Amino acid sequence: MSTTSLTDRLGSLLMAPVHLLMRIIDIPLRAVQKTAGIGGMAAVFLAPNMLIFGIFVLLPLVINFVYSMTGGTAFFLSERNFIGAEQYQRLFTCTNYLDPMSCQEDAFWTAVGNTFWFVILQVALMIGLSLITALILNRDLAARSFWRAVFFFPVLLSPVVVGLIWKWILQRQGLLNFGLYQFGIEPYTWLTDRNWTFIATIGVSIWAHMGLYTLILLAGLQAIPKDLYEAAEMDGTKPARVFRRITLPLLAPNLLVVVVLALIKAVQIFDEVYVLTGGGPGTSTLYLTQYIYETGFASTLRNPGLAAAASILMGLVLVVLTLIQLGIGQRGEKKGKR
Amino acid sequence: MGVASRFILRRRGGKSWHWTDIVTWVWLVGGLIIMFGPAVWLAFSSFKTPAALAEFPPSILPYVTSQATVQGYDKPLQLFEAKMPDGSTKVLAEVRRIGLVAQMVDPTTPGEIVRVNIGDRTPVRSVSFATENYTTPFTQFDFLRYLWNSVFVTVTATLITLIVNSMAAFALSKYEFRGRSLAMLIILATLMVPLSVIMVPLYSIISSLGLFNNLWGVILPTVATPTGVFILRQYMLTIPDELIDAARMDKASEWQIYWRIVLPLTAPALAVLAIFSVVWRWNDFLWPLIVLSRRELYTLQVGLSIYSGELNVQWHFILAMTVVTMIPVVLVFIFLQRFITTGIAGTGLK
Amino acid sequence: MKTKSLLAGAALALLMSTAAHAGDVRIMWYSDGVEGDVMKDLVGRFMKENPGINVILDNVAYSVIKDQLPVQLEAANGPDIARVTAIKDLSRHWLDLRPLVKDAKYWDDNFGAQADWMRPDGSKQISGFMTQITLTGGYANKTLFDQAGVPLPGPKATWEEWAAASKKVKDSQKLPFAMAIDRSGHRLTAPLLSYGANYVGKDGKPAPLDKGAKDFLTKFVGWVGEGSFAKDVWVSAAGSTYRAAAEDFINGQLAFYYSGSWQVANLTTKIGNSFDWVATGSPCGPAACTGMPGGAALVAVKYTKNPKDVAAVMDWFAQEKIVKEFSERTLFLPGHKGVVDKGGLDFKTDNAFAKAALTKYVEASKTTADTALKLPGWRWSDTVYAAVVTRVGQTLAGELKLDDAFTRIDADIAQKVKDSGL
Repeated sequence: MSTTSLTDRLGSLLMAPVHLLMRIIDIPLRAVQKTAGIGGMAAVFLAPNMLIFGIFVLLPLVINFVYSMTGGTAFFLSERNFIGAEQYQRLFTCTNYLDPMSCQEDAFWTAVGNTFWFVILQVALMIGLSLITALILNRDLAARSFWRAVFFFPVLLSPVVVGLIWKWILQRQGLLNFGLYQFGIEPYTWLTDRNWTFIATIGVSIWAHMGLYTLILLAGLQAIPKDLYEAAEMDGTKPARVFRRITLPLLAPNLLVVVVLALIKAVQIFDEVYVLTGGGPGTSTLYLTQYIYETGFASTLRNPGLAAAASILMGLVLVVLTLIQLGIGQRGEKKGKR
Repeated sequence: MGVASRFILRRRGGKSWHWTDIVTWVWLVGGLIIMFGPAVWLAFSSFKTPAALAEFPPSILPYVTSQATVQGYDKPLQLFEAKMPDGSTKVLAEVRRIGLVAQMVDPTTPGEIVRVNIGDRTPVRSVSFATENYTTPFTQFDFLRYLWNSVFVTVTATLITLIVNSMAAFALSKYEFRGRSLAMLIILATLMVPLSVIMVPLYSIISSLGLFNNLWGVILPTVATPTGVFILRQYMLTIPDELIDAARMDKASEWQIYWRIVLPLTAPALAVLAIFSVVWRWNDFLWPLIVLSRRELYTLQVGLSIYSGELNVQWHFILAMTVVTMIPVVLVFIFLQRFITTGIAGTGLK
Repeated sequence: MKTKSLLAGAALALLMSTAAHAGDVRIMWYSDGVEGDVMKDLVGRFMKENPGINVILDNVAYSVIKDQLPVQLEAANGPDIARVTAIKDLSRHWLDLRPLVKDAKYWDDNFGAQADWMRPDGSKQISGFMTQITLTGGYANKTLFDQAGVPLPGPKATWEEWAAASKKVKDSQKLPFAMAIDRSGHRLTAPLLSYGANYVGKDGKPAPLDKGAKDFLTKFVGWVGEGSFAKDVWVSAAGSTYRAAAEDFINGQLAFYYSGSWQVANLTTKIGNSFDWVATGSPCGPAACTGMPGGAALVAVKYTKNPKDVAAVMDWFAQEKIVKEFSERTLFLPGHKGVVDKGGLDFKTDNAFAKAALTKYVEASKTTADTALKLPGWRWSDTVYAAVVTRVGQTLAGELKLDDAFTRIDADIAQKVKDSGL
């Protein structure tokens, strides 16, 4: 039964020019390898990525730093005047450091506080829910790939669409109130109550992203050898203990990745919320990225310098956070290698 | 039927219902409603007329008021169920409404005008799909052009991402060199930096490179993804170094090792990154909106935003076009979904 | 290797994209309704009459005009012609059409009244013309008033009278709210001015909020608190984001809705025959009965490579008959003196409410206060609007006390003036 299928043949036909191209590329690279040595090839492999990365990610970060030292409303650096740390000073001007409303840039500190609580609650809840879902999907289910797809599906939607869908459900004339109305419950204005909107932004972002984390955790669960469970069952170990002693430790590396990815996404939260609540009511769902975007780009009198200063502060916090996680991860990696 | 239900309702160990079975099914069915429901509703809503979209209480299916042609009237008239003075109800067609009183006629006996208080009439409605939400944009907007731009951006960006990221990941996982940890650190440190934070300087870079109003201005800033390097490197770490050493013995060049050995072995992780990249690039909105302002360069997402005006938003068109733009991503997912789990499972996450 | 070919590809794409043909004129245009289609139609006709000039109409989202065009202009990029609302703010980027148009006197005569809105202070340049003049004003759901047995307040009725009457309708008809006003500084400014507010200080820079402004804002916050004014729309965003309250009015959930003339077409299609609605003009305050004028202009950009062709396009679209046709088909109020004076605009709708409403707006424009007429051409209008909306929104969400909001508004505006370096 070794007849090559049509798709295979088509595939190799398509790959032929690619292989040829790779061979051609190989010729000059061999020459490079001769002069630079095997170790030197690392630089060659790294170069394209680092070049693009440098121009479009690192350079903007550096320019951002310069921006944060300048004032005025002009966009181009050449037309901006140097003012030193004034923007930072402005961000930190508060009469009472425990009350964001007492600061000159009250919106910035409100956004910092909101983002902080959002990240903590969203990541914790989402990982909990993803884990439960993954455990359930790991059972002996019929049509598992269908159920997997059900939970993964929202990941495919664009954030703008996610925001739109839920806005239409939660607004006063929305589907949720309509449903409640059928049960004789008075319509409620979910999106004008500051506590509910905050919960709504958390819920919606979980809805949109949990499928991805569920899949990662599910993959980890499926990689746990079945005989471990069978042995535990023979010993009559309680399920809760099995979960704590077998499942959790073996799932730890996946959980770490999930936490890292989820934190990244949570800190960057923007589009869904921008469409769903616009940051309101008041400033109860104003998150950092929206503050930066509006201050620097989309307000009547933009202030790119202030936005840059805010983003530098945010960036510093992010780098520290990432490094802490890496530290944990590295320890895990070493443990994994034994 | 019996077999199917036995299959679907298969339980833990085949014994009687355990409480976990109930939790499982409640969770799954609840998940189905919460995850799919909103999108299904969106799809139905995209077939509603602007008036029906603004309506409260909203309906699940798109309804319109039924109309009937009545003899003696040029235009079709709207049908209502009216309560008559004697308490009976009757289907009448409305001729015109003046204040609180509607002048109606019985379609079977035109000519005789009945006056009905507007509180006593309810419209007769039937399901009707407003397909013009789809057809109008297709004629007004250069759909094929936008589709081509979207496909071009998505495919090119994904290909470059895969090549460039995998090369970097190869270097970072299989070579010892000075500055490796520094490069890794820089890449990982920027993992969390969102686009909106570097938007202003990125904009000035794009504009000074002349990439403004150019599809490459959309593609290039997105391709060197730290996430991609991170995922691929983690995966490549699991490839045994012995394989590479053996190839070097056989006088294979480093490029051949990358191309012939490492890449094929990384296929599952590449598939995962490909799916992510396709979804991300297809759904990109803010950045293309900023870079592209000429209609021949619009991607689909930018194209559908032209229905957001200063004072009004034409939701019916936006919803319809949203549904259209969702289709390709869903298709890609259906075809590639089997790779996702295997890919993620092996992505060096264990 | 890879990067080289990449850069080569980029360079090639770049060459292709910048090779603008002589005779190309790009118009950047946004649409609230059908005006994009009408414009497309007119552009087609223009090209048939002027075969040498190739006009390309780029329909964009309004956010592109608002957020991105200013940056393009700063980089001396951008389209040749654009439909813009921040016409004063960006006026230094507009092309002076005076030496280029066929008959400058025609422009002065017909568009002179708004010329100051779109040119730098003190200049005499012709930048473009208004594609539409807007005026804020109210709409009442006459059917609801009738059902409640409450007479519609007369033309000279005050905001208090409207609030009281709407409240009665609300209570009798079990509406969620009596009235609503769009979340917009421009909209809110109309009643503020009617209460005697004046934003412009003696030096031409923003003055601190005066008594008139504070009076109305206090009343407004009170009305929202007691449920007369809809809270939803005002707390549904942070910052100065615009939100319209039209949906509630269209659903018959509001007795009175304060928005503006641009809503006529929207209300016509969406309300249809569901209820009777009337445009009421702007309610009165102690000082005036004014609405706020505004609108969007079609302006030429001075970085164009084909000023001659641009002027030809502008001349063509500014013709009396074209302006008239455009207004009739879009249900916009024209900004052309000849068209307005001659009257006889035949708006292309068979909806009687829409026709009556448009007539009402033409009439209401006569009671526009001088303070209101000045604001569209004042550099700081948007700054004041943004500060007022942001802080009033926070007050309504319960984050700020009203007195703190007043202090914050003044401080925000002062900071922006300082930031601008003027």
